[in-house]
Amino acid sequence: MSSSHAGPAPEAPKGPVSNYNVPGLRSEEAPGWRADQIDVDEMILNMGPQHPSTQGVLRIELRTDGEVVRAARPHIGYLHRCFEKHSENVDYPGVVPYTDRMDYVASMGNSLGYALAVEKLMGIEVSPYVQAIRVVMAELQRIASHTIAVGTYGMDIGAFTPFLHLLRDREKILDLFEWTCGARLLYNYNWVGGVSHDLPEGFIRAARQFLREFEAITHPELMDLLIGNKIFIKRTAEVGIVAPELGIAYDLTGPNLRGSGLTFDLRKDEPYCGYQNYDFKVCVGEGQFGPLGSCFDRNWARALEMAESARIVSQALDALEKMERADVHEKVPKRVKPSKGEVYFRSEAPRGQLGYYIVADGTGVNPYRVKVKSPCFTAMSIFHVLARGLYIADIIALIGSLDVVLGEIDR
Amino acid sequence: MDAKSIHERLAQRFGDKITAFQPEALQPFAVIAADAIADAAAFAKSDPELAFDNLMCLSAVDHPKETPPRLEVVYHLYSYRHRHSFVLKVHLPREDAHLPTVEETWGVANWHEREAFDLFGIVFDGHSDLRRILLPDDWVGHPLRKDWQDPDFYNGMHVKPTPQMVDRFLAGEKIGVGPFDFTPPNRHVE
Repeated sequence: MSSSHAGPAPEAPKGPVSNYNVPGLRSEEAPGWRADQIDVDEMILNMGPQHPSTQGVLRIELRTDGEVVRAARPHIGYLHRCFEKHSENVDYPGVVPYTDRMDYVASMGNSLGYALAVEKLMGIEVSPYVQAIRVVMAELQRIASHTIAVGTYGMDIGAFTPFLHLLRDREKILDLFEWTCGARLLYNYNWVGGVSHDLPEGFIRAARQFLREFEAITHPELMDLLIGNKIFIKRTAEVGIVAPELGIAYDLTGPNLRGSGLTFDLRKDEPYCGYQNYDFKVCVGEGQFGPLGSCFDRNWARALEMAESARIVSQALDALEKMERADVHEKVPKRVKPSKGEVYFRSEAPRGQLGYYIVADGTGVNPYRVKVKSPCFTAMSIFHVLARGLYIADIIALIGSLDVVLGEIDR
Repeated sequence: MDAKSIHERLAQRFGDKITAFQPEALQPFAVIAADAIADAAAFAKSDPELAFDNLMCLSAVDHPKETPPRLEVVYHLYSYRHRHSFVLKVHLPREDAHLPTVEETWGVANWHEREAFDLFGIVFDGHSDLRRILLPDDWVGHPLRKDWQDPDFYNGMHVKPTPQMVDRFLAGEKIGVGPFDFTPPNRHVE
């Protein structure tokens, strides 16, 4: 390498020498990946971080033998924004905007989980009116998030049109959100003890109009055009099989686990926000076209779940119509200062169980520690198990079917 | 099973390894000795009455102001079979913190433990791949510790300007290293 443009060497870093440090393995020293352990027939292939089908800035190292992947390891952290460190330095309500930025495709679900966790810690019970609003928002967000998940998944494996149709409907949901709280992506909507804005005049009618269009046109269209498509089935139905036991050990949650045929949904099994009052079905994979728990089944669960979410929204709107309007800030505490204690609360976010572990020390107004158990983080941790022995083209199908959002993995 | 009977079942097996139990906490938890955690995990998963097949969350918490100062590793367990949950905690010294890994029992612990290592400097003995996960390989220090201080430099780049730097810059001094000022050593090229 030419050294003609090499300037003076930089001064020795005055780095954090006082900080406690435990050296870890470096990536090139990790067992199985050292240069002397790679077979002569094998090649290391880097996929990402800019690869369009890795759903964000995810880099995957594949050890390939021809077209077959012998081993794979994901490298994450490109989008690390120190959520947990930030939240120790702002007060409890101040954390809500940060939670929005984790899973930026489904912000409502993130802030809802956080708000519920802090409310549980403080023993706040919000009114049924606020609960119904939260359910409407969370379920609309679930539809919006699944349109992205299923739509981009189709695009990854070659179907462009369904993505456009689905994005059209997502726009309508974002319009509803914008109308309510002014933001289209990062809402800061679910506050501790309430929501930021009441529903605007005419929201219920507009939401019903959206649901009619979605249930009558977009959803059947999606099932016909993408899910029932022969090419789609062929590409996904026998790839990435997850047995339920494996899924549980690797903490797959949400549609990923339900794709393996396990009927478990926190909205049913540990209801929060009054979900027990709504009538809906838990959608699971059925393995119609191949072994149960394949990429197809995970998307099948997701696609059916959209229709169920639409049903829940419709029922919640019914409930809202019958209720008197109430003050949505009624239970918002003037000062959020929980007494000493800790709570782990999980809720069913669109991508799975989103858990918040919050420790309060009882002295300050800042959380002492906030740990997020992100469903995408755990879904990605199973990737190296599923990727072994697949073709490179099937890796694309596998990543998309786990429906990861890198903003939430890296936090 | 409720928390009390889960604790009894664990106490039967591990005796004085379980050093504390807090039944009146919002979510009851038991504290277990660091050297017993791997056995306890395997037992909790395989025992048909407990059947904790799922590790919901593994978190680390830094408590420098407690006496003695300690790090906590918190295991949130859940059983899909019995639909009950429990919390196990391990207390560790802040310097030279290490405990056995539980990745054999729950695969998901692999990444959770890497995260705890990365951000807290807790070493999980027997872990198959203990690398940093969220921060770059060459990062120094563990930022979620309460006594963490931001470094001045990272790979020759200023991490954040200090007021003194601004003063020196305004006085005409060249501050920091630009991306083209030097060629970083590239280990891949001879």
